[in-house]
Amino acid sequence: MMGARGLTRATLLKDLRLEWRSKDATNAMLFFALLVVVIFSFSFDPTAEESRRIAGGLVWVAFLFASVVALNQTWARELRNQVLDAYRVSPAPPNSLFLAKVFGNFLFVIVLEALMTPLFVVFYNLHALGPAYLLLVVAALGTWALVVNGTFFAAISLRTRSREIMLPLLLFPISIPALLAMVEATSAILTGEFSAKFWIVLLVTYDLVFTMASLFLFELVLHAE
Amino acid sequence: MKRAFPIFGIVTTVLLGYGLREALVVAPTEQTMGEVQRIFYYHVSSAWTAGLLFCINFVASIAYLVRRKAKADALALASAEVGVVFCTIVLVTGPIWARPVWGIWWTWDMRLTLTLVLWLIYVSYLLLRRFSSSAQTPVIAAVLAIFGTLDIPLVYFSIWFLRTQHPQPVMGGGGSIDPRMLHAFLVNLVAFSCFGLLVCWARYRLEVLRQEVEEMQALESLLEARGSR
Repeated sequence: MMGARGLTRATLLKDLRLEWRSKDATNAMLFFALLVVVIFSFSFDPTAEESRRIAGGLVWVAFLFASVVALNQTWARELRNQVLDAYRVSPAPPNSLFLAKVFGNFLFVIVLEALMTPLFVVFYNLHALGPAYLLLVVAALGTWALVVNGTFFAAISLRTRSREIMLPLLLFPISIPALLAMVEATSAILTGEFSAKFWIVLLVTYDLVFTMASLFLFELVLHAE
Repeated sequence: MKRAFPIFGIVTTVLLGYGLREALVVAPTEQTMGEVQRIFYYHVSSAWTAGLLFCINFVASIAYLVRRKAKADALALASAEVGVVFCTIVLVTGPIWARPVWGIWWTWDMRLTLTLVLWLIYVSYLLLRRFSSSAQTPVIAAVLAIFGTLDIPLVYFSIWFLRTQHPQPVMGGGGSIDPRMLHAFLVNLVAFSCFGLLVCWARYRLEVLRQEVEEMQALESLLEARGSR
């Protein structure tokens, strides 16, 4: 018998290996985010001063849209060959499966962000006037907020018609406070005009509330009859 | 129980008529805003009713997850639908009032933003119910309702901080209120709450009937399949 942690690790490694071999999600996300960066950049063509103020919004909108690409295929992969049904009848704890998926998506989106940030810096001429190391904290917390809810809602939208459309429709309204916090914290750090502390605390609260809620309710969604 | 519905309907109609007279005839015209202020009696009452219905939706969703009774799900659906209608009324009457008084249709003021986000969350809830037509719909809808409710305080705090950081022109303000105005407002508050609950009740009865018909049809087709064999 495998423990809950072993199950999480096994599922996570399986997903990472699949992604490493196919690179489907990574390629799609990267190209999508690149398109958003380019289109925004030439449609606004901001000065350095302006771009510091709007970059927070642009960066996170680009990452949000791109992460939906990865989130959408989280569970779709398990539908082939009835893998998800096998999970359902197995005695494996549902939460270890959920956590594995969240960790996987978190890694994908973080890699995306690490690769895209230099591009943003180049295209928008960015350079932070506030404490730049805080951007890492905001990125980690913000990505977790998107990914934990996104993975959960992807499992919900699996039960609907046209599930690829359904995911953003569910995810975006609920993510509004988190998005606002990410955007405002990023702008605060880039402009250095005000403190990002409140927004980081809000993000931590958001992450805690929805991680708990997801872990508490995921079993219901997985076993929904 | 059967007779309660028409009685409640009559009471609501009387209340609404009385409230209409109080709001349009009895209550004095506001000094600075003029006649357009009268929309306030409907705007705030609708907002209150929408909030009430969303609370019912939350309680019904929890009740469904605990007890798994189809009736709780019917109540959750009915209250969310009617709540979205009232929330829409709030979002439409607000700008109608704001344009002559503030000079703008919309501003990212705290309450406006909160109402809009609330509306978005419940529209996504209804969309989920529409896109999912299986037996799992009640469970996933109830789960989403819980997520939506958890989100509301977070939305509230984020907008509160955003708005205190970027100051907005001060709107409204204190001052004493004419007792006739207060009376008209309270009457309309009660009338609209009753109206909202009445429509929700009607929608609930319809949904329960629909569930029963569906169940019967399923049963019939089962029996038919057995008979033809």
